[in-house]
Amino acid sequence: MATKVFRSHILMCAGTACVSCGTFKVRKRLEQELKNRGLDEEVKVVITGCNGFCAEGPIMVVYPEGIFYGKLKPEDMPLVVEEHILKGRPVPRLFYKEPVKKEVIPRMKDIPFFGLQVLRVLRNRGLIDPENIDEYIAKDGYVALNQALTQMTSEQIITEVKESGLRGRGGAGFPTGEKWEEARKYKRFPKYVICNGDEGDPGAFMDRSILEADPHAVLEGMAICAKAIGSNEGYLYVRAEYPLAIKRLNQAIDQARSYGLLGKDIFGTGFEFDAYVYPGAGAFVCGESTALMFSLEGKRGMPRAKPPRSAEAGLWGMPTVLNNVETFANVPQIILNGAKWFNSLGTEKSKGTKVFSLAGAVNNIGLVEVPMGITLRSIVYDIGEGIKGGKKFKAAQLGGPSGGFVPENLLDTPVDYESLEATGAIMGSGGIVICDESTCMVDSARFFTNFCVDESCGKCVPCRIGLTVMLHKLEDIVSAKGQEGDVEFLEGLGRHILRLSHCGLGQSAPNPILSTLRHFRHEYDEHIREKHCRALVCTPLIRFEVIEEKCKMCGLCMKACPSNAITWEKKQPAKINKELCTKCKSCIPACKFWAIE
Amino acid sequence: MAKLSLEDLKKIKESVQAGVTLREGGYRAKVNIHMGTCGIASGARKIMAAVMEEIEKRDLKDVIVTTSGCAGLCSREPMITIELLGAAPVKYMDLTPEKMKEIFAQHVLGGKVVESYALAVGSETTF
Repeated sequence: MATKVFRSHILMCAGTACVSCGTFKVRKRLEQELKNRGLDEEVKVVITGCNGFCAEGPIMVVYPEGIFYGKLKPEDMPLVVEEHILKGRPVPRLFYKEPVKKEVIPRMKDIPFFGLQVLRVLRNRGLIDPENIDEYIAKDGYVALNQALTQMTSEQIITEVKESGLRGRGGAGFPTGEKWEEARKYKRFPKYVICNGDEGDPGAFMDRSILEADPHAVLEGMAICAKAIGSNEGYLYVRAEYPLAIKRLNQAIDQARSYGLLGKDIFGTGFEFDAYVYPGAGAFVCGESTALMFSLEGKRGMPRAKPPRSAEAGLWGMPTVLNNVETFANVPQIILNGAKWFNSLGTEKSKGTKVFSLAGAVNNIGLVEVPMGITLRSIVYDIGEGIKGGKKFKAAQLGGPSGGFVPENLLDTPVDYESLEATGAIMGSGGIVICDESTCMVDSARFFTNFCVDESCGKCVPCRIGLTVMLHKLEDIVSAKGQEGDVEFLEGLGRHILRLSHCGLGQSAPNPILSTLRHFRHEYDEHIREKHCRALVCTPLIRFEVIEEKCKMCGLCMKACPSNAITWEKKQPAKINKELCTKCKSCIPACKFWAIE
Repeated sequence: MAKLSLEDLKKIKESVQAGVTLREGGYRAKVNIHMGTCGIASGARKIMAAVMEEIEKRDLKDVIVTTSGCAGLCSREPMITIELLGAAPVKYMDLTPEKMKEIFAQHVLGGKVVESYALAVGSETTF
C-alpha cells in the first residue's frame, strides 16, 4: 500500500517535561503556520515520547536534516516555518548552545549530550510516535515476540535472557533470567507477569519516559516473559501521578489488541496473553514487590516477609514475575539480537546499558542511556556538561531515599551494581541528583529521612520508630541543638535499622544518613561543634553577619534584602541589622563572595 | 482487524519505513530544492510538487527532499542539487516541472547526470 509521502518530518517531544513547558501550544502554532503557507501536505508533524534533553524543552527536531531546536515558544514558529521549512535556512537563534564554550550546535547528533549515549532501551525515543503502533512495527516491533512464540521454546527464551546477563533495572539487580526460570518451575496456574512502574524516588523519571516514549516495547517484553513462564495475564502497576504514561499505555494496549498482538491466539500460535494497567495510588512503599502485589489485590500496600519469593507465591498466591519497566523494555532486543549482542556492552557482572535521569545542579538535565561501566565523572561532566552557574561539584545522589551520596573523590567509580554499592550508594532505579557546594549534606540526609518516615508503612518497629528517632536527631543537628555523640548514635541506630527492618524500604532507608556520615562527616562535626553550616542552608546555624574581609562592598546584598535590614554605602562593607532581619536568606545567594555567614 | 502474521508485520513496516528512514538519515538520494525568495518567485514550489509526486507515484522509500536557501545565482532559479550517496552533488538550473521529472527519472533513479540541464558539480551549506 502506498502511503502519503512527506518531504520533512518535524518531531516534537511530548514527554511530560516538554508538555509542561508548552509543547502543545507550540505545536498548535506550528501547524497553523504550516497551513497558512500551504506546507501542511508536505511536512508532517509527529508527536514523540521524551527526547531526553528535558532541560532544553520544548524541543523539536526537523528531519531529514536532523536540526535540533530547543526552548521553543509559539512566537518562534512563524520564523522557523518561513526560514527553515520553506526556504531551507535553519534558524541559528534557536539552536542548542553549549554551556561551557557557548558554541551553537545545529545537528542533534553533534550535541555531546546525545553523542555519548548508547541507545538501546531508548532507541525509539523521540523517533517514533508512541501513539501509533505502526511506527513501532516499522522499527522491528513485535518481531521478537513473533520469534519467541514461533521459533523458541520457553527454555530457549530463558537461556537467552540468562546468557545476556540482564539484571533487574529496578535497583536490586537480581538476574532476570533466574527469576523467570524459578517462576517457570512452579506448575500452578494462573501465573502472572507484573511490570513495576511505581517509580517513586524523588528526581527519578526513567520509567515514566520509557512508558511515554515506547510503551509497546514494554508490552512486548512482558508478553515474551509470559511465554517463558507460562502466564496469560499481565498487569502494569503505574503510579497515578503519570497520567500521560497511563494514557499511552492504554492506547498501546488497545492497538495491540486490535492487531491481535495481545489477546487470544497471538500470531496463530494458540498462545494467549493480555495486559491491564493498574494505576497506583502513590505510596512509595508500593514500589516494593510484595507491597505492590497486595495493592494490586486491593489490599493495603504493606510488604510481607520473604520467602516465599514472588516467583513461588506472588499475586493472589500464584507464581509471579515482577520486573521493572526498563527490564522489560530490554527483553525484545535481547531476543531479536541475541544474548551476545547484549552482553558485548558493560562490565563483568553488569551487562548492557542503564538509563539514568540526570537532575539537580547540572547543566544538562535529562534522560540519558549509557553503557554499564561508564564513570560517574563522564556522566556529570561529559553528558551533563558540568555544574550549573560555574559552581563546584559536591556529591552525586544515586538511588533516591534508598541510595547514597558519592563524593568527588569517588567520581571515577564505574557505573555498575557492585562498584556503586562499594561507595555506599546503590544503582537504584537510576535517578542521579547532582548536588553543588550550596547543598548541605546534613540537610539532604534530613530531607531523605523525612521522606522515608512519611512513606514508612508502619508495619515493623525499626523502620517506623527507628527512622523517626533518626529524623528527630537530624532535626536537632540542623537547628543548632546537636550534641557530642549524636553522630555515633546515628551510626549505631542506622545499622540496626538496616539489619532488622522487614522490607527493602527499611533495609535501605538509613543509607542517605550512613553515606553522608561516611563521606561528609566533617559537615556533621561542623554542625554539632562549631554550629556552622558551610553551605549556608541551615538557617539556625547562620549568624547573618557580614565578614568584612570578604565583603567587596558591592551592595548586591542590600538590593536583595526585602526587609531593608541591610545598610550599605559606597566603599563601605555592608551591615545587617539583626532586629530587622527576618532570616529569609535572600542575601546569601546574592553575595558572590560568600561574605555573609 | 484479523490476527497478524510475521508477513503482516513486514508489510506494515515497509509502508511506514519511508518516514522512519527519513528520521535516521538512511537514504540513497537527496534532492535539495533551493527555496530562497528568488527560487520561490521563479516557481520552486512547483518543482517541489513535481518531486513529491514522483516519489509518491513510485512509492520510493530512499529518496529524501530537503530545501535550502538562495545559492547566489538568482537568475538561473529554480535550481536544485541532487546528491546520490557516495557521489558528488550536482546542481541543476532553469528548471520546469517537466525538466524536473526528466532529471528525476534519469539522475535520481538511473544515476545518470542530465548534462544539458546541469550547472555544476558541488554544493554549499547555509550553516
